Amino acid sequence: MAKNSPVVDYEKIAQLESFKELTKKKNAFLWTLTAVFLVAYMLLPVLTSYTDILHKKAIGDITWVWIYSAGLFIMTWGLAHLYVAKASNFDRDAKAIIDEYERSVS
Amino acid sequence: MSVTAISFFVAIVGLTLVITWWASKRTSSASDFYTAGGGLTGWQNGLAIAGDYLSAASFLGIAGSIALFGFDGFFFSIGYLVAYLVVLYIVAEPLRNLGKFTLADMITARFDKAKVRGVAALSTITIVLFYMIAQLVGAGALIQLLLGIPYWVAVLLVGFMMTIYVLFGGMTATSWVQIIKACLLMLGTVIISFLVLAKFDFNILTMFSEMKTATANGEAYLNPGLKYTNGLDTISMLVALVLGTAGLPHILMRFFTVKDAKTARSSVIWATWIVGIFYILTIFLGFGAAAFVGLDDIVAANAAGNMAAPLLAEALGGDILFSFVCAVAFATILAVVAGLVLSGASALSHDIYGQIIKKGKVTEKEQVMAARIGSIAIAVVSIILALGAQTLNVAFLVSFAFCIAASANLPVILYTIYWKRFNTAGAISAMLTGLISALVIVSMSPNVWNPVEGKAIFVGEPLIMLTNPAIISVPLGFLAGWLGSYLSPSEDPAIFREVEVKAQTGISVQDVSH
Repeated sequence: MAKNSPVVDYEKIAQLESFKELTKKKNAFLWTLTAVFLVAYMLLPVLTSYTDILHKKAIGDITWVWIYSAGLFIMTWGLAHLYVAKASNFDRDAKAIIDEYERSVS
Repeated sequence: MSVTAISFFVAIVGLTLVITWWASKRTSSASDFYTAGGGLTGWQNGLAIAGDYLSAASFLGIAGSIALFGFDGFFFSIGYLVAYLVVLYIVAEPLRNLGKFTLADMITARFDKAKVRGVAALSTITIVLFYMIAQLVGAGALIQLLLGIPYWVAVLLVGFMMTIYVLFGGMTATSWVQIIKACLLMLGTVIISFLVLAKFDFNILTMFSEMKTATANGEAYLNPGLKYTNGLDTISMLVALVLGTAGLPHILMRFFTVKDAKTARSSVIWATWIVGIFYILTIFLGFGAAAFVGLDDIVAANAAGNMAAPLLAEALGGDILFSFVCAVAFATILAVVAGLVLSGASALSHDIYGQIIKKGKVTEKEQVMAARIGSIAIAVVSIILALGAQTLNVAFLVSFAFCIAASANLPVILYTIYWKRFNTAGAISAMLTGLISALVIVSMSPNVWNPVEGKAIFVGEPLIMLTNPAIISVPLGFLAGWLGSYLSPSEDPAIFREVEVKAQTGISVQDVSH
């Protein structure tokens, strides 16, 4: 493992095509989904403060605001697991990059 | 106070002391003290995060808010949960890959300057103190009510216990106190929720129908608007809740207690499930308290509604459940304040003393000694502040701590990891602007100024109507970081590339500190 080698040439890793590709792929995924969940979340106080569409009844006496909130809970758990699934791919790519680097220096 | 209640309290105090004694034998290095040697597993750390996060403000405060204000109380539950996605997606893994003991370690992985570390430590200590005062004030009021002892004795009791855990058991003892507390809290909450549901024939629809007539608010109880009527203020508060968690020092510190990014990730998943289920159950706690205790009795016990959950336990399960829930609330406070002391001490002893004053030239023994002295200092200061802050609103103090975390810490964390052009001037201006703007705006707000005497700290008209400054101070923090970077020369891009490689690949987690 690179961990045990005295000096790691970070510049060299940063210049690897595979590293640039991973960073790009990872950041695109992270920031897209971050934007999605933040918008979904911030829409709640906007809708409840400035409209009353969520005040109407959905199922029995349960109003839409509870349904929307339940949706945010399900979204949180769903996106958390999606992240873990994606992250194990990123881990694999990161390991491949470190291996590639180690082959090139040894 | 009954024999049952005393037995529960003694059992919890005894159990946590045994853990501390066991942990003290495994705490010899600075790494043991601050991060339990980085040896916690995913589920252990996940439970500890939940135990650290579900404070008395969550358990007693949210249950009380839902009981009094219906849906408006539930806003907190939603914000506190979705916040975990911010932590998981953009903060947890890079932080684990870059840091060692503190947030400042992570920022100085890129900007190795004493003033950057100093400002980061200052903002950590400020957040810790606000959060800690909130917990201690809440604890004092609760224990005063439960045990019938004076407020100052209650604060000293909690302060003494938390100091013992941290001083002798460090992060190992603190983590296990948090794990046990998380299990007890979940058990208590599940039992009460089950009893509440049983009263409604296990039918959620029946529960909602009956809640329409259970309070004086009628159908309005089931919709937002009972408490939060100012749209901008509601939005501002929700911004603080969702962005604050990713900047809270005691939560961030929990990512240094695991060995790698993968374990950090799995601990967030554990925490998200536990915390999420807990927050769903706050609906049953709140509705149950409103229906079976009644708003008049809840307010009579505590004006802010903090006694809703214990009173509900008494109404449904008699003395045994009441005593159990009170003991759990006590354990909750102890676990959270212990975590806070530790994160404050790490900023004081590791950042300010070890890295700035001694420039990293400290032996292992000196580090542990400094950590212990730092813990005592943080504990003493917060106890003194809490003794003078009895009348402050606990929920406000907590949401304000979240606001400072979101304004001062989050922008600098994100820029450090993700933005190439960011530099030392940007880092310092982001942190100081976030911190100062949050403090200044709140000092002009209705929490500090009220025309009616006794409603706030000072008598007079507030200059700004926002109770939570996040919607102004968070963008200011980001803007200052951006401006500060562009108004000063760019720095060596090689350091950013090094940080990026480390953050993204987790290579050389061991030798990150300069």
